[in-house]
Amino acid sequence: MTDQHGQAYKEEAYELLAELETSLLELEESPDDRELIGRVFRAMHTIKGSGAMFGFDDIAAFTHEVETVFDLVRNDKLTVTKELINLTLAARDQITAMLDASGGAGSVNASVSVKIINGLRALLPQATTSAAPVAVPVETGPATTLNGVTYRIRFRPSRDIFANGTNPIGLLNELRELGQSKVLAQLCNIPVLTDLDPETCYIYWDVILTSGRGIDAIRDVFIFVEDDCEINIDVIEDGIPGDEGCDKKLGEILVERGDLAPDDMHEIIATQKRFGEILVDKGLVTPESVQTALVEQRYVKEVRKERQKLEAAASIRVPAEKLDILVNLVGELVTIQARLTQTANGRQDSELETIAEEVERLTGELRDNALNIRMLPIGSTFSKFKRLVHDLSNELGKQIEMTTAGAETELDKTVIEKLNDPLVHLIRNSIDHGIESPESRQAVGKTRMGTIHLAATHSGDSVLITITDDGAGLDKEVIRAKAIEKGLITATAELTEKEIFAQIFAPGFSTAKKVTNVSGRGVGMDVVKRAIDALRGRIEISSRRREGTTISIRIPLTLAIIESLLVKIGVDRFLIPLSLVHECVELTRTDVANAHGRNLAAVRGQMVPYIPLRKRFCIGGEAPDIEQIVITQVDGIRVGVVVDHVIGEHQTVIKSLGKVYRDVSGVSGATILGDGAVALILDIPHLLREVELEAP
Amino acid sequence: MAKIIMTADDSASVRQMVSFTLKQGGYDVIEAVDGMDALTKLQSTKVDMLITDLNMPNLDGIGLIKAARAIPACKFIPIVMLSTESQDTKKQEGKAAGATGWIIKPFKPEQLIAVVKKVLG
Repeated sequence: MTDQHGQAYKEEAYELLAELETSLLELEESPDDRELIGRVFRAMHTIKGSGAMFGFDDIAAFTHEVETVFDLVRNDKLTVTKELINLTLAARDQITAMLDASGGAGSVNASVSVKIINGLRALLPQATTSAAPVAVPVETGPATTLNGVTYRIRFRPSRDIFANGTNPIGLLNELRELGQSKVLAQLCNIPVLTDLDPETCYIYWDVILTSGRGIDAIRDVFIFVEDDCEINIDVIEDGIPGDEGCDKKLGEILVERGDLAPDDMHEIIATQKRFGEILVDKGLVTPESVQTALVEQRYVKEVRKERQKLEAAASIRVPAEKLDILVNLVGELVTIQARLTQTANGRQDSELETIAEEVERLTGELRDNALNIRMLPIGSTFSKFKRLVHDLSNELGKQIEMTTAGAETELDKTVIEKLNDPLVHLIRNSIDHGIESPESRQAVGKTRMGTIHLAATHSGDSVLITITDDGAGLDKEVIRAKAIEKGLITATAELTEKEIFAQIFAPGFSTAKKVTNVSGRGVGMDVVKRAIDALRGRIEISSRRREGTTISIRIPLTLAIIESLLVKIGVDRFLIPLSLVHECVELTRTDVANAHGRNLAAVRGQMVPYIPLRKRFCIGGEAPDIEQIVITQVDGIRVGVVVDHVIGEHQTVIKSLGKVYRDVSGVSGATILGDGAVALILDIPHLLREVELEAP
Repeated sequence: MAKIIMTADDSASVRQMVSFTLKQGGYDVIEAVDGMDALTKLQSTKVDMLITDLNMPNLDGIGLIKAARAIPACKFIPIVMLSTESQDTKKQEGKAAGATGWIIKPFKPEQLIAVVKKVLG
């Protein structure tokens, strides 16, 4: 419960106590006034009920005693006496003292409480002294993970169940959430239309449910209706493996012993009437009952079969490097496969082409599977951060709560490992610079407890990780001043908010007023940025002064193999990650002439700027008459890159460029094509940024 | 469209807590300070659910439930009563008046949301 609610309770309690005092004094004058007695009772009742809810358990327990007495007065079992009024007034003062003490002012004399309670109990008639404890909250017991037990639940609602606002469908849906289930509606009680009352429930249900949550969880579903509905819950399969009866049928035994020929047995079985049919024929049961019994039988069989499957499919542990080798091998295979496809296409040999296509399909599946094996949920790192937040906030005397979302989001194992340090750093920063001390938070009207929210979601072919805090936010002016002081920007530079925030990623930048254990040495944010860059990811900051900061990191799902678009300029081939590509359009000489030197093309009525790659990469030769614009979308901006030809999709195994070429701008890596040639992978966001910077 | 829930309680702090919790859970909330206030509001506004305290001035919870069930728009909506009394008699009295379920005070916000989800489906 937040402090805000606690405060609201206190204010209300003081108000009620003031009212209580007046009422009590009036009651002394006219001890028979029922209205006054009711008012006193309600005040006590509210103080007690709300007190327990907002964590003031001592007040609740104490007030309960007073309330008990006034409940009797209200029900004419006790009369108002001077003694009672005095005791109640004393109790009122004691509650006030308790409220004051909980706010940090003064202390409570416990012996006074005891004296008042004993005094009040002495007033009670003997029979009622067994004081009931303060109401026990409804327990939501932990889910016991039993091995799935199968239950048969017959739920026969009372006919007027709708009148209490209960929707039986909701209850059935709740049952479904407990596990695998089959719901069978029994319609045999529905009358003909003229007799049908739409506000009456005629249907009852048989539910067969397999759940590991235990029978109490099932009973809880019906907690509000158990008194007026018929609910039978029976275990029909206890979920203990090895118990399955596999009794042989008579015919099978006879055949096994050689006493009966298999053909004869089948012939006889075919003439035999089914048991259910016989029963229906004899009029002993209705066809519906037979039907549901059969469904139940089939269901139990299925459950058993599935469990056997589960037991067989256990997991195995494999050393991580074996997986790395596998992924490397798959990478090689993808390269070779591309070569095979290319060779096959050049041979005009349909048989070879068929084989190449098969290999291509299989390689694709193998690649997806191999990469999938390395995917791990990011949640394991999240829990590590919870601990970090706990330890650090204690150390710094701050109150911080960490919430997470999307812990099940899967990312490549190596990516998760490499993300760990940057995330630790960012969270530390949020705790140290972001979230304020409880006192200063309170001073600006925030809750004392700060929050850091860590979330991961899939977004296209990448994973978006956001760290949001509700702290002080970034101060644009301070960052700007600091950046000028450090010589990172000139004093006259006009920067957007985003650009100013981006300065904190510059090496040697730190605005913390003092160096703490946690952060403030000015190493860090630049390291974070570099680590994210190395993962081909992007990092961005948005922040509002006094409201908080959000840092978003976008990381590609996997590092090893991507889908890309193969394009050609002159004799050189390049690759553009397919995730960025939106569409391809033609660019003719006339289009270029019409644009009058501006690199803009009209695409379906929209102007799209483009980067002529031939010029940018200084590739010699003439461009063809009709060039191609590959339109990409980066950060919501549509930008085209102009190439000679678009060849097609390509499975790209990313190879790093090695030490020498690592810092070449506009290129993020390379790959080996089917014919053995090397093609460069274009870093479109980087290219775009460069072009933007060059623009006048 | 978010479902609308009315909370009727004479304690401002409970109302605030219930209302805050429900809003966090994505519901719209109408507050009423006692049974009479709730009934007046129910006659002019359509709500999807009613959460009511039992001890209230002017018109108590049981009276409110009975009166609400008589309004056609409220005939089948879930009505949950908040009660500090865990005794069966109160529950029975409430059920007889037409309450769908109950929550025993003190309760945690999660418990409130769980019950709302349960009866609203």
